[in-house]
Amino acid sequence: MAEAPQIFRRIAIAGNPNTGKSTIFNALTGMRQKVGNYPGVTVEKKTGRFFGSHGETMELLDLPGSYSLQVRSPDEAVSRDVLLGRVPDTPRPDAIIAVLDASNLDRHLYLVAQFLELDIPVIVALNMVDVAEQRGLTIDLLALKNSLGVPVIPMVASRGQGLIELKQALSRATLHVSECKAQLPIVLEREVSALSRILKCHAGSVRSEAMLLLSIEDERLAAEVNGNPSLLTEIHAARERLKLSGLDPIAAPVDARYAWVSEVCASVIHRRGEDSHGLTFTDHVDQILTHKLWGWLAFVTMMALMFVCIFVVAKWPMDWIDGAKDWLANLVRSHMADGDFRSLVVDGVIGGVGNVVIFLPQILILFFFLGLLEDSGYMARAAFIMDRMMSRVGLHGKSFVPLLSSFACAIPGIMATRTIENRNDRFVTILVAPLMSCSARLPVYAIMIALLMPASSVWAKAGVMLCMYLLGVAAAFVMAGLFKKTILRSETPMLLLELPPYRAPVVRGIVQRMWERAVVFLRRAGTVILALSVILWALLNYPKPATPNPTRADVLAHSAAGRFGHAIEPVIAPLGYDWKIGIGLVASFAAREVFVSTMGQIYNIEDAKADNEDLRSRMRDERRADGTPIFTPLTCLSIMVFFVLAMQCLSTVAIVRRETNSWRWPLFQIAYMNALAWVAAFIVYQGGHLLGFR
Amino acid sequence: MGDDAVPQSAAEPLSGLQPGQRGKVITIEVPGSMRGRVMEMGFTAGTVIEVVRFAPMGDPIEFKVRGAHISLRKAEAAGIRVQRI
Repeated sequence: MAEAPQIFRRIAIAGNPNTGKSTIFNALTGMRQKVGNYPGVTVEKKTGRFFGSHGETMELLDLPGSYSLQVRSPDEAVSRDVLLGRVPDTPRPDAIIAVLDASNLDRHLYLVAQFLELDIPVIVALNMVDVAEQRGLTIDLLALKNSLGVPVIPMVASRGQGLIELKQALSRATLHVSECKAQLPIVLEREVSALSRILKCHAGSVRSEAMLLLSIEDERLAAEVNGNPSLLTEIHAARERLKLSGLDPIAAPVDARYAWVSEVCASVIHRRGEDSHGLTFTDHVDQILTHKLWGWLAFVTMMALMFVCIFVVAKWPMDWIDGAKDWLANLVRSHMADGDFRSLVVDGVIGGVGNVVIFLPQILILFFFLGLLEDSGYMARAAFIMDRMMSRVGLHGKSFVPLLSSFACAIPGIMATRTIENRNDRFVTILVAPLMSCSARLPVYAIMIALLMPASSVWAKAGVMLCMYLLGVAAAFVMAGLFKKTILRSETPMLLLELPPYRAPVVRGIVQRMWERAVVFLRRAGTVILALSVILWALLNYPKPATPNPTRADVLAHSAAGRFGHAIEPVIAPLGYDWKIGIGLVASFAAREVFVSTMGQIYNIEDAKADNEDLRSRMRDERRADGTPIFTPLTCLSIMVFFVLAMQCLSTVAIVRRETNSWRWPLFQIAYMNALAWVAAFIVYQGGHLLGFR
Repeated sequence: MGDDAVPQSAAEPLSGLQPGQRGKVITIEVPGSMRGRVMEMGFTAGTVIEVVRFAPMGDPIEFKVRGAHISLRKAEAAGIRVQRI
């Protein structure tokens, strides 16, 4: 209270996934939102402010959607810890808004039962009452209010209905803790009380905490009690006593809550007519979208459409950004004297950051599509369809979305792994995600294919390109299978997937999320990437050669990166590369497509682009000491294979570090991917030679 | 199709039901750390579950449980024993 006296009340908003929780959060807080991170974990913390009915300031905390307070993923752990008041810099909320889907109270009241155990005032936002009405359900609001003992606000959040009433309910001078609770079997109640007396952390929530500890699976218990052996013994003893009296400690609380839910539902829901066998809109759509034949067709069409948009539609804004970058660089060039500082600004800052920012349109389009697929409910169907294939390598359907996203860029893909409950499965997905060919590899493929087969038709070129994509996919699957059997061994992940009803997505919400992503991405481009670009620029420019008026190529050859290129030549020579390509490889660690512009610098080509004929002919003419061309078809192929498999993206390294909370995994990822890339390129080049190709 | 036939004492795995068929849960023996979550998603003893469809490749299976559609793999659904109704 003392630290922030202006906040009248801190409120958490929580509910099952797909209840319209985010819509309510956005409607209440508008643009007054802040996205951050919880300390020590990578779960996003989203807060916002709004004013109550009397102008008082309220802070609203958006908790990740979850089915239960019993913890099975990092997101769920955060929700629970916040509500128990365990998170260091997040005070325990003064009240919870429980968002429920009115058309499915049978299920959504389960979480409310757990909230009531917390002894925090709860306000029920009964969302989508219109859908319930359409399904022939009449909900007796007064009866619901009485059986829950909390205010119930009927809402249609997508149309803004009920918002004012919700604000009024939240602004009341006092909010009461409900006396209503699911009745536990006597034996269980006794154990809960006994354990509550031992746990004395937060006066209000001990009972809830005791229930969660008593009913968690053995596999997770040890992590939960976290080095408190006496507590562990206590819990085991209590569970044994429960088993002796014929109660399953895991099932008993669940059964008790659902029994309570059924009782409440029986008294508040009135069904008009017979709806149990009528097919809903969702049933009809699913008959097509999960059909053996049409389902695949729809799936492939949607994915194809998404990629066409990412690669074709994004081309315009990308060209604008590219143009703006060039314009800015020229502006600086015309106003600054030639010299190191101008080079730093033009090549290091503008070039370096521009090369990454140029991917913003693709990332935004990707997030727009992912948002549409997610909010409409199709994403769960994609996981349902793909699960069989993913399970072959020990992953599950939920890994599909992150891997798919990685075709645009591994960064959003890796961020999307947060929905995977099992840590090992999540890490396997993170480790293989960068093997999917991201859009930064495209310019490299484009120029190499142009060198490899200048006279071939577009179709043949597209075919080679497709092969590169498939190579990445195959490698990702093989490596995932390998990791699952070795370092990240875990029980076959379980698939427990809700297929929510289809809904019209709220575009406003999707656009707002895209905006958040853009801010995060640009902030990183302005900090980490900027710093890395400057460092790389220095490596490519210093130390300077002693000769007067050195050419760009001389500077590069003399620079730290150039020396490094020379130093690694013995390592890369078996792949068919010389030290100049080595410099390109080093530079491509900033972002893969930098390879193209660096090759341009090495060969003294101004403004090198993948479609630049000067650069291509210059590269074609490049000779080894013995007069044979450097860029033979085998070398080109070897370079492409290397780029498919190698980890050459500092931004990805940074995000993997953040998501896995350790340097171990990104370093391992760099090691295994680059080793894999080297071996594969070696096989291509040397194997090709043995077979008589050049 | 016999209505109200002799009560079947033999519980059968949920994975053995065909789309459209329904069963009442008797026991839940899903191995590992997700057993509780399966129950929390509504697969509790006494609940009636309907098989909606199989995924295009035959696995996983979509069920209707307490008004929601939940998907489980065959391997896990085999651990849930039901009485066909």
